[in-house]
Amino acid sequence: MSDTPAPPPPARNFGRLLLWGGLAALLALVGFGLYRTQAGPVSSGPAPDFTLTTFDGATIRLGDLKGQAVVVNFWASWCKPCEEEAATLEAGWQKYRDQGVSFLGVDYVDTEPEARAYLERFGITYPNGPDLGTRISQAFRIRGVPETYFVDRQGTLVRVKIGPIEMNELQSILDPLVNP
Amino acid sequence: MTHHRPSTLPRAALIPFILGIGLASLISFPASPARAQEPTPSDNQVNLVAKQLYCPVCENVPLDVCPTQACAQWRQTIREKLTAGWSEQEIKNYFVEQYGARVLAAPPARGLSLLVYLLPPLAFAVGAYIVYRAVRTWRRAAKPIASPPAAEDDYTRRIEEELRRRE
Repeated sequence: MSDTPAPPPPARNFGRLLLWGGLAALLALVGFGLYRTQAGPVSSGPAPDFTLTTFDGATIRLGDLKGQAVVVNFWASWCKPCEEEAATLEAGWQKYRDQGVSFLGVDYVDTEPEARAYLERFGITYPNGPDLGTRISQAFRIRGVPETYFVDRQGTLVRVKIGPIEMNELQSILDPLVNP
Repeated sequence: MTHHRPSTLPRAALIPFILGIGLASLISFPASPARAQEPTPSDNQVNLVAKQLYCPVCENVPLDVCPTQACAQWRQTIREKLTAGWSEQEIKNYFVEQYGARVLAAPPARGLSLLVYLLPPLAFAVGAYIVYRAVRTWRRAAKPIASPPAAEDDYTRRIEEELRRRE
């Protein structure tokens, strides 16, 4: 007669396996969620593609702008630091628009009347539109506004500016993109 | 005997009187475009919808108590939609379309959000089962030995009987 305990029945083994497997899957899910939350903005590699429907009703897809450098600026009418850079961005647009640079304004978590009033107040003429469903800001993993992303002619993200940008910095980023 | 009768004016005298009042009204009020008389929603009505929404800018602060300008603009949008006769659900749908499902206080029961509704009862059920098993094991281990174990075979029983006889 042996003293070795009998192995648990297979059904019980399967139950334990299921329990531990479920727990591991849940932990993996929570870990992935935390990783995504803690990861900063997308700062290199191919720029996330998106489609922006502007306040004027035009549809612009970032992927269609390959061959041009693109400045993607996230802003909001309630954002005071955005006001500091509004004139700079418009001046940059006026300076570089004929040199193969596109500017896109993405209005983050905003209300349309206030957004339109903001654009009018600062005389902004480059295409701007709302970030519907906050899909674009989530793709770029922005942490706030203003944030400005610079995409080169090949569609690669080359630089991220967190906070308001000044003209000399804008030029120092765009000049090498225009004249590589 | 005098009677107090309501004074009655002849109908002919009433017509210029009414016309006069009408004319005075036209002169005293400035011309303004006609507007539909819509009741303005109260703050409570606005907040009833607002407390079911969260602005992504101010995480964990319900819209009805959020002090930022962004949230004030959102509450104004709710007021405008209520004035226009939108229902609570229509307003919530509008906000989800504009800003994503994460603005909802209670996430929709689909996709990964479904886990929010499934996991708590599942965890409770698993926990209850574990407690049940543990309690059953403890009770078995703690059961007192009330009487000497019964004889398991004939040989032992006979020895016990012999011992009792000798006592």
